[in-house]
Amino acid sequence: MSEYKLDKDTKIDVAEILKDLEHYHPRRRGWTWREPVPGLQMGPFTYEDASKPLKDSVGLPPAHYFGDIDPQPLPVITTEIASGRFEDDIRRMRMAAHHGADHIMVIRTAGQSHFDGLIEGTPQGIGGVPVTRKQVRAQRKALDMIEDEVGRPINYHSYVSGVAGPDIAVMFAEEGVNGAHQDPQYNVIYRNINMVRSFVDACESKKVMAWADMAQIDGAHNANATARDAWKVMPELMVQHGINALISAKVGMKKKNICLSTVPPTATPGPCIHMDLPYAVALRDLFHEYRMRAQMNTKYIEASTREATVTHVLNMVISKLTSADIQSTITPDEGRNVPWHIYNIEACDTAKQALIGMDGLMEMVELKKDGYLREKARELKERAVLFLENMIELGGYFNSVEEGFFVDSGMFPERNGDGISRKIDGGIGVGTVIKRAKDYCAPVTAHYGYNNVAQYDPEAVNDPSRLIGGCTFECPEKIQYIDELDETDNVYLRMDEVKDFAGPNAKLIKPEMEWLADGTVMLTMFFPTDVRHAEAAALEIGKRMNLVDCEVINREIMHRAEGTRIEMKGKVAFSINMDDLQLPSVPDVLSDEELWDAIDKKPMRIVAGTIGDDEHSVGLREILNIKHGGIEKYGIECIYLGTSVPPEKLVQAAIETNADAMLASCIISHDDIHYKNIAKVDRIAREMGVRDKLIFVAGGTQVTDEGAREAGADVGFGRGSHGNHVATFLVKERARREQNAR
Amino acid sequence: MKRNDDFETRREHLKNLSDAELEQRFWSLIEELTDPLLKLGYENTTPAIERSVLLRMGFSSLEAKSLVEGCMEHNLMEHGAGNVVYRLAKKDGTDVRTAGLKLIEKAVWDEAEALFGGENA
Repeated sequence: MSEYKLDKDTKIDVAEILKDLEHYHPRRRGWTWREPVPGLQMGPFTYEDASKPLKDSVGLPPAHYFGDIDPQPLPVITTEIASGRFEDDIRRMRMAAHHGADHIMVIRTAGQSHFDGLIEGTPQGIGGVPVTRKQVRAQRKALDMIEDEVGRPINYHSYVSGVAGPDIAVMFAEEGVNGAHQDPQYNVIYRNINMVRSFVDACESKKVMAWADMAQIDGAHNANATARDAWKVMPELMVQHGINALISAKVGMKKKNICLSTVPPTATPGPCIHMDLPYAVALRDLFHEYRMRAQMNTKYIEASTREATVTHVLNMVISKLTSADIQSTITPDEGRNVPWHIYNIEACDTAKQALIGMDGLMEMVELKKDGYLREKARELKERAVLFLENMIELGGYFNSVEEGFFVDSGMFPERNGDGISRKIDGGIGVGTVIKRAKDYCAPVTAHYGYNNVAQYDPEAVNDPSRLIGGCTFECPEKIQYIDELDETDNVYLRMDEVKDFAGPNAKLIKPEMEWLADGTVMLTMFFPTDVRHAEAAALEIGKRMNLVDCEVINREIMHRAEGTRIEMKGKVAFSINMDDLQLPSVPDVLSDEELWDAIDKKPMRIVAGTIGDDEHSVGLREILNIKHGGIEKYGIECIYLGTSVPPEKLVQAAIETNADAMLASCIISHDDIHYKNIAKVDRIAREMGVRDKLIFVAGGTQVTDEGAREAGADVGFGRGSHGNHVATFLVKERARREQNAR
Repeated sequence: MKRNDDFETRREHLKNLSDAELEQRFWSLIEELTDPLLKLGYENTTPAIERSVLLRMGFSSLEAKSLVEGCMEHNLMEHGAGNVVYRLAKKDGTDVRTAGLKLIEKAVWDEAEALFGGENA
């Protein structure tokens, strides 16, 4: 086996992952839930509903205020990853895992449901990846390394559906896949696969999944996405969940591994929580023995990522007020069908942020035990029971589907006659269900149904694979691995095309949204005009910027005539050579001991303020305040003048207090006001003849070192600067000046 | 089917049930609907199920597909494709993989058919 290991500061080398795959076997089976840590202490905080922290991760943007903590909520967090190129998805998985995802769900390529057998090799997909043994093995192998890096097991997941469900279930069990969608109703309603075939196949698939201890997610949420009015299918959703859940449990799946895929059906501008919460309560009442996979609403997503994010946070309020064992994170750009890296990651952060933000909420609030909430929940449950009664009157499941009972736009018992109807003797795979004969036998583990093993060996009845000395489930070395079948469509050809951009030692770089070196950039623009002109103007701008394949992906009206926000994607046709890049030098930082020592030997006093008409004081206080590791910590005496300090006052105060340095913070940057104010301080100090005596430090989120020096400061500190950076500069600059004076 | 919302009249027999009784009724109706579906699964097989059996017996997906197609063609599916391979292996005194590859490469389906002759004819 290869000795390849991940290094935390180096890009994953996908070529290494692909080596020796024929010898790889998964190191474990089964689903893993997060480990709760009640009363977790992190930084200055105590958490009620958090789980075991990660070894290495990327925290939320403000985490640095609190000691770079990254608390992890209790639900497993899903990210859906599938760009069509699984090799690029591996890199995205690593990023997602570091942002808190521990359930990686791989979407299949369009049409795989109708592929009668396993797909092999690594062909490129559309809207997802062709799920194959090689692709699964490569991704599981990569995730083994990634989970070691973050210090938490990662659940790998795809779909056991279509006409090859049992084949896929077996391959998943062999390859250590931890979870899967499995719901025969999905095949029937949305994929028009023959009903009988779907249910017979499902029994086998579920038996295999139960053996592999996989978590199962059902397909009921699709009714939400398909129905004309998503909230009207609520009674039917409970019926769909019930059918799949009970079949699964009776086949042998543990109830704790059976997850209902449930979506708050409504969205704003509807009063969504008022409508969705009773449904969530009803569902959890009826299904208290099962688990909840809280999916986010996709039905009503438009192309605004902001709007989608708010919808999803509202969805998570429902999760928090009721329960969620798995929290899904639909990419906020699902509405524009571009599942880009950055939105995958943003969605993980949205879930983490919302759930951690609501930590301990249910200690303080509880859902009312009577009134509208409970009455509405009761009504929904009664409607579901009536739905079931009507199905039985009609003669059972198949007859009800023939009647078009499912995904009807009427809230049951209302029927509008527009449901999806399928024929029992129709659909893909019709006529392929065969009655087992008396001597039917399958000498393998995890086979559902009639199995005459006793004809060969009565002792093997409970262990049919004994007949053949163990099947692949006991003897993984028996698995037949196929590498590639298509010489013209495989991962090696795709990787060869972008080899100069690939791997840890890539020489070239391009912007990327989805695939390595795709060159995609997104521009956000505001035009003071109507939508049609704004859109045309954006495309023209893309052309003049030499972008190719420009496409407007979002447009929002600020006012019909006054203005439009446009988001446009396009591709750059050039690449950047990494060797040609000029990197600003990394700030050299003295140790705390060196700084203490320097100030102890020769005290230092500074004056500081936010200059101009600028009320933003947080950043400067961070730099000064001892509590935040500011320069006071080293014994530097700080005279804080406050906010909106006129430049002349800053200089005057420095003179009056006999300070060694002036620190000017400038956050507001429109019209370059920050640099103008820096220049003003410099000019006034010169006019007063004190510039040489005073060290002048400028800082602010939009300040660059280069820009500040050009404007007349001695140094500039931008975003990410800390007290030790500033103290180091002050000490070194003082020493340099003293040296020069000698 | 078209129907107005007659929930109020339709629910008459449910309205006095306790929440626990309603829940119990929900699950017993689900059971009534799903038991026949589970029975179908118990008594029947499909090409996908048989392929999945052959995968577990150590065949590749391509081999499994070819074996199941052979079993379909020769009306052997009702016995189980894995069973066909297993019996051939027993007769030949080989392992199942050797027997399966023999069926694929040499197309000795008459030998397989003979192994199941009479019993279910």
